[in-house]
Amino acid sequence: MTTTALPASRPQRRNGPTFLTHTLLLTGRQLRAAWRMPAFLVMNLVQPVIWLLLFGQLFKSVIDIPGFGVGQSYLEYLTPGVVMMLALFGSAWSGTVYIQDMDRGVMDRFLTSPTNRGAMIVSTLVYQSLLAVVQSLVVVGIAFWAGARFEGGVVGILLLLLGVVLLTAVFCSLSNAVALLAREQTALIGISQLITLPLMFLSSAIMNTKLSPEWVQNVSAYNPFEWAVIVGRQALSAHPDWATLWAHAGLLAALAVVMAAWATSAFRVYQRSA
Amino acid sequence: MATANGPALAADHLVKTYPGGRGKPPLRALDDLGFVAEKGTVFGLLGPNGAGKSTTMKILSTLTRPDSGTAYVAGIDVARHPARVRRALGFVAQKPVSDPMDTGVENLVLAGRLQGMSGREAAARARELLDRFGLTDHARRQVKTYSGGMARKLDVAIGLMHRPEVLFLDEPTTGLDPEARAELWLELERMTTAENLTVLLTTHYLDEADRLADRLAIVDHGRVVAGGTPEELKNDLRGDAVIVELAGDADPFAGLTALQRVDALREVGGDGRTLRARADNGAATLPLALAALEAAGVAVASATVARPSLDDVYLRHTGRTFTRAQESAEFVLENAS
Repeated sequence: MTTTALPASRPQRRNGPTFLTHTLLLTGRQLRAAWRMPAFLVMNLVQPVIWLLLFGQLFKSVIDIPGFGVGQSYLEYLTPGVVMMLALFGSAWSGTVYIQDMDRGVMDRFLTSPTNRGAMIVSTLVYQSLLAVVQSLVVVGIAFWAGARFEGGVVGILLLLLGVVLLTAVFCSLSNAVALLAREQTALIGISQLITLPLMFLSSAIMNTKLSPEWVQNVSAYNPFEWAVIVGRQALSAHPDWATLWAHAGLLAALAVVMAAWATSAFRVYQRSA
Repeated sequence: MATANGPALAADHLVKTYPGGRGKPPLRALDDLGFVAEKGTVFGLLGPNGAGKSTTMKILSTLTRPDSGTAYVAGIDVARHPARVRRALGFVAQKPVSDPMDTGVENLVLAGRLQGMSGREAAARARELLDRFGLTDHARRQVKTYSGGMARKLDVAIGLMHRPEVLFLDEPTTGLDPEARAELWLELERMTTAENLTVLLTTHYLDEADRLADRLAIVDHGRVVAGGTPEELKNDLRGDAVIVELAGDADPFAGLTALQRVDALREVGGDGRTLRARADNGAATLPLALAALEAAGVAVASATVARPSLDDVYLRHTGRTFTRAQESAEFVLENAS
């Protein structure tokens, strides 16, 4: 007799309350850990200031290049770009928590208990999203203090945060899946070095792609990070192009669902080779 | 077919092969391994590193699947109903299972709530376990500040939170200093009486298996080579070991010949100036052995009578002393990595 159980014979519990409770419990665990590392929190809050003010000064005059101008200051142009950049960098490291849990016996303990697999993935998304939302608000606040004005108002900022959360979900899931499949911190360093920087430069985050070579414009159309930048920039603008905004938010949401499902299925691969 | 009234743990014909990769041959971790553990007992899997103990535990705890064979935990088929099995078992891995950033009580409450306990229920149970394991004073400190022994006790408490029917303890005292080991043994003995649960224990410490396990399976190269209570296994060797150390100028060959003439001694053998034999009653036979040696003019430096140890059992069933097997397993592991 083989042990390959038929899917039909496995009474999988799919009840919502378990998923929600477990998501809350596991998110709480990560928040406690972050709260107990003040240095980590301070760095997360100082980082936005550095990026925003550094890039803001460094590229201040690009706004004067003919063809760039959209009637804004460069700081106003840059702010949604830096918001998304921080969300991207933060979420690419999300899998670190899994690596630590695997290095100890914590992951094996969760997997031998009724802990909901989906909640294990989603709790890291919620945690990273909360961090990213706080960072985004800091960026917007600093930009405002430095003189930037955003016509989109409160609704605009809420939509910007929606873009942040969707982008975080995509790259958190990617990072988690890579962590489960590769089980090494070096693999995560690989993603953050090899993927995040090119994605950032193949976008309009700090530079208007209208001034870039045509191939960059073509590639950036398929860049999920660029989708998030578009959502953020439209959201903060005086007259958002709603069709463009929602189309790109929709693309991000669809990709986030696919990536989260992939990450959840990576648990099965992890378990098969355990 | 195991039922709810059947044994707490049953493994039958388990086979598991890991792919070799990069020119290495596949590794057969389990080769037709099987055993049965009755409810309320401590069952020990004893063997050197790489014998297949941890793989067995991973299969029984739903962490991985066997290539073939069946396994039951608390009467539930592990392959068919992994979700039900996960509610029946507590898992203490070889590596620490606590989150170092959380406090002791936070670790316990999280474990209980993930098993479906309410917040209040989990808090009460956590208090009870912290008290039992002497950790109450450290309950609100982060686990990263715990000593090795304290952290290991917390690991066991985490495994016990939801009152599992079966507790898996994978190498519970590996890496602990002798004092912490002795203390954890005491706690584990107390726990098995208080909780009325079945424990599956893997260990490569002979003294640990001897002390804690009601029944043992000696595992070597992925299969069970001997099983029984520690006493049964030792009694199978029939008799005590009589060991005589000869003086520097004595003739070992004359000594061997003299001992072979003593009727009560069996399996007489020698290694340099150390002569070994077995006797049903070692204490009564020793004077006869010494008299025979004296009559043959062989000078004796010292003499010992020892009850058979699990090391002797291990030697008998695997043809290697335990220490030798452990060393060769470590050699293989080092070369594999």
